[in-house]
Amino acid sequence: MNSVILIAGARLQAVLLLVFSAYMLLRGHNAPGGGFIGGLIAATGFVVYAIACGTQDARKALRFDPGSIAGAGLGIALFAGVMAVFWGDAFFTGQWLFIGATEDSKGLPLSSVLIFDIGVYLVVLGAVLSITFSLEEAV
Amino acid sequence: MEQLLSLLIGVLVAASVYLMLARNLLRFLFGLILLSNAANLTIFVAGRLTPGAPSIVPDGVDAPIDVVANALPQALVLTAIVIGFGLFAFALILAFRAYQSLGTLNTDEMRVAEPKEQ
Amino acid sequence: MDTSTPTRWITPAGLIPVAIAGSLFVWFAQMIPVIAAGDTLRFLWEWVPSLGVNFSFYIDGLSLTFALLITGIGALVMLYSARYLAGHVHQARFSLFLTSFMLSMIGLVLSDNLLILFVFWELTTITSYLLIGFNHDTLKARRSALQALMMTGVGGLALLAGIILIGTTAGTFEMSQINQMPGVLTQSVMYLPILMLVLAGAFTKSAQMPFHFWLPNAMAAPTPVSAYLHSATMVKAGIYLLARTHPSLSGTDVWLWTLTIAGAVTMVFASIMALRQTDLKLALAYTTLMALGALTLLLGNESGYTITAAATFLIVHSLYKAALFLVVGIMDAQTGTRDADKLFGMGKAMPITAIAAGIAALSMAGFPPFLGFIGKELKYAGAIAVASEPIIVAGAFLIASALMVAIAGIVSFRPFWSKSGTPIAGVKEAPWPMLVGPVVLASMGAFFGIFPDVLANSLVNPTVAAIIGNAEPAKELKLWAGVNLPLFLSIATFMLGFTLYYYKIQIRTALIRMTTAAPSFDNGWDTLMAGIASGSKALTRMIQTGVLRQYMFVTFATALVAMGATLFIRTTGIPSVGWPDIELWDWLVFLLVLLGAGLTVVTNSRITAIAGLGVVGIGMAMIFILFSAPDVAITQLLVETLVVVLFAAAALKLPELDKERLGARPLDALIALGFGVVTTIIVMKVTAGPIDRELTTFFETASWPEAFGQNIVNVILVDFRALDTFGEIAVVLIAAISIFALLKSKPEEDKP
Repeated sequence: MNSVILIAGARLQAVLLLVFSAYMLLRGHNAPGGGFIGGLIAATGFVVYAIACGTQDARKALRFDPGSIAGAGLGIALFAGVMAVFWGDAFFTGQWLFIGATEDSKGLPLSSVLIFDIGVYLVVLGAVLSITFSLEEAV
Repeated sequence: MEQLLSLLIGVLVAASVYLMLARNLLRFLFGLILLSNAANLTIFVAGRLTPGAPSIVPDGVDAPIDVVANALPQALVLTAIVIGFGLFAFALILAFRAYQSLGTLNTDEMRVAEPKEQ
Repeated sequence: MDTSTPTRWITPAGLIPVAIAGSLFVWFAQMIPVIAAGDTLRFLWEWVPSLGVNFSFYIDGLSLTFALLITGIGALVMLYSARYLAGHVHQARFSLFLTSFMLSMIGLVLSDNLLILFVFWELTTITSYLLIGFNHDTLKARRSALQALMMTGVGGLALLAGIILIGTTAGTFEMSQINQMPGVLTQSVMYLPILMLVLAGAFTKSAQMPFHFWLPNAMAAPTPVSAYLHSATMVKAGIYLLARTHPSLSGTDVWLWTLTIAGAVTMVFASIMALRQTDLKLALAYTTLMALGALTLLLGNESGYTITAAATFLIVHSLYKAALFLVVGIMDAQTGTRDADKLFGMGKAMPITAIAAGIAALSMAGFPPFLGFIGKELKYAGAIAVASEPIIVAGAFLIASALMVAIAGIVSFRPFWSKSGTPIAGVKEAPWPMLVGPVVLASMGAFFGIFPDVLANSLVNPTVAAIIGNAEPAKELKLWAGVNLPLFLSIATFMLGFTLYYYKIQIRTALIRMTTAAPSFDNGWDTLMAGIASGSKALTRMIQTGVLRQYMFVTFATALVAMGATLFIRTTGIPSVGWPDIELWDWLVFLLVLLGAGLTVVTNSRITAIAGLGVVGIGMAMIFILFSAPDVAITQLLVETLVVVLFAAAALKLPELDKERLGARPLDALIALGFGVVTTIIVMKVTAGPIDRELTTFFETASWPEAFGQNIVNVILVDFRALDTFGEIAVVLIAAISIFALLKSKPEEDKP
């Protein structure tokens, strides 16, 4: 497709969707969102981009091979699960670290659960993009 | 409302079964999508319906005070949707690829593995 | 096999098995004093304790007797085969099979746990299959091997079922414990099934009528195999099983009559068939069948006489039959034939073979002072003393024993000393490794005949004690038991036997004329196998049509019938349908989804169908929004978008849908409608019933305090059920990889 408006809009939209997907991912523990939704939103952004500018450009914009992203995501999710063993817990037990916690507030919560959700995000993103890109290149 | 959705599930299932019995592989795929929708809806309805109360713990308390929507089927359905997408994509690409090789979408003629006996 | 050409026979493949068998024999032999003193040994390693499966081994008189026969005859047979098969291209393979068989057989007789016994039982079946089919380039060997495998394999399955029933009835699989619980099996309601299944296993293995026909066919195996497996050891596994289960299964009328009838019929049939054969090996095979029948018959009772007779005859038979088989093998190897009508006058050329054959045959015919005589006297005494129908049983023994006399003459006297045919010229005596077996086995028969106490004290008495306990002591083994009825029967046997031997040619001719007309079990087997093959082919053609539509139809129809029938049987009618609080929004969403689904079904256009699916997807998302599932709704919307993108991309390259009139497939429509109705009713019933919110309550109360998350759905996904989620994202990744691989493959490479 050679519509200038679409191309210009798609670039902007892709960036916006990517930022939005990160927001959805991070807030997912307390409000609607999470890795699945975040990954799908990010994937949608790139899919629109690929429709507008072609998969070549989209792959370039993505920088990494989608299959590798998905593989890395699975590795990260596994790592998050295995992490619990270092603290002597069973696999996939959530580990939490509250930075600057006070009586009233829990501070900045960092957790293996978030890492796991990032893994889910990457798997969904990578897998969806791998499917759409290779299909669009094949037809 | 559960009754209405039960009826809807029945309609979706009937439509999908009818489509999956068709000769054309594309119709089969349509049926597959409808069937996974029907399955998701069944799981969702089986957890009962609660309008206007998402399963979120309000700030400042340990657990939801009022009755909120059943979170368990929602979690199941959410992953089922994503997996269903994976299944659908695979089936679609398989059909696409089969058409490239065999030149037909008529499943009666797709018999490389089980050829007609002479 | 031409043994006259000097071949190097001292090879590892030939001699390692001899060493293994020999050392095992010595190991078992040193246990004799312990066992003879009345003790038993038990070794146990737990394997699957939760299922009661243990590697437990139990050595008493019965298992020790078998173990000694297996290893002792094994060592001699292996020495014999080292020379017999010297230079054979597959000699190493043969040695491996034979040694594996021996070890399986030892395992079988030593196992205390019935499940382990079954494993070894099957192992002997498999190794026997390999050995019968050793000359696999001949059709006959392959067929015989398969036949033996099928017969004993089917019996093995029956035995497994029987073993499981025994285990559940008695509460343990340890045979030594089960035998300590009198009546636990015989008084159980499962007794009859257990007995039938165990007997099916024992009778197929020990070739009782009507499962006998595989054994003569198994003679396709090399002669050492026939000597070892199909006369001395493997076929006696069934006898072993009968003896082992004797304490807990015997003592009923069913046991008595089944074993008596099967044993007697097999015995008489086999001895008549033996007389019909011209092939010496086949004649011996039928006499083995006769011996197995006799043992079965004897084990049907539980008096001291019959069991002593069984234990003695077991040993006697193994000794002389193995010896005679080896002698026939020697004749075959030295002359190239086993035809009784061609072998004459070899006595002078091979005196050692002739003498060994003679001694073994005298034992088989039951002449004093050989062990066979004692065995025969005991059989008669047992038959008279206890059998419920002494005349019939003793009569059966009389016929069979007389025929044995005749066969003994045919196999061991006629080829060496008879002057009724042309002597074979230029025969040489067999090399010594092949002579050791027959000579040792035959002379043991003579030794034990003269000194029966040695055998009685070391093996027979402990065996009898193992089978019937110490309640009734074993009868004494003696050559001269005084002038009594058994002695008269013996004399009658000899007279009848000599007569039969004298008229053997005429009898054989008559028998051949009679039996060729009768339908044979062997042909019946072929018909059965052909029937199974064509039946399964027809069935496959019927259900494997290769048409996806038909598979789907059968699947859906079956599911519909299953669900519908369950619904009909288990419940009472359709639940009362109320339509409370359905708002306008709900109706709108309902109609939207209905519209989308209807559109997809009726349209003949790809794009319309995809649009219809999109409508359904959006409707689903709206349902999720209406009923408080924001996460699910967002996911559904996003996935729906991607589905449409993918479909649009692929469908453009696919042909337009074929024109299909609505209602063109009324039967499919009926199934679909039925499915819809049944599903609706089921979901209605489910939602009308009570719901168990235990899990949900846990997630709601634990989500914030324990997992620090307010969005319960997400907490379930990434924390409580993270392992599930991990599995699910792995599936997504696998789907992506598979699609990638599918699309990278080249269509033109698919063309056949």
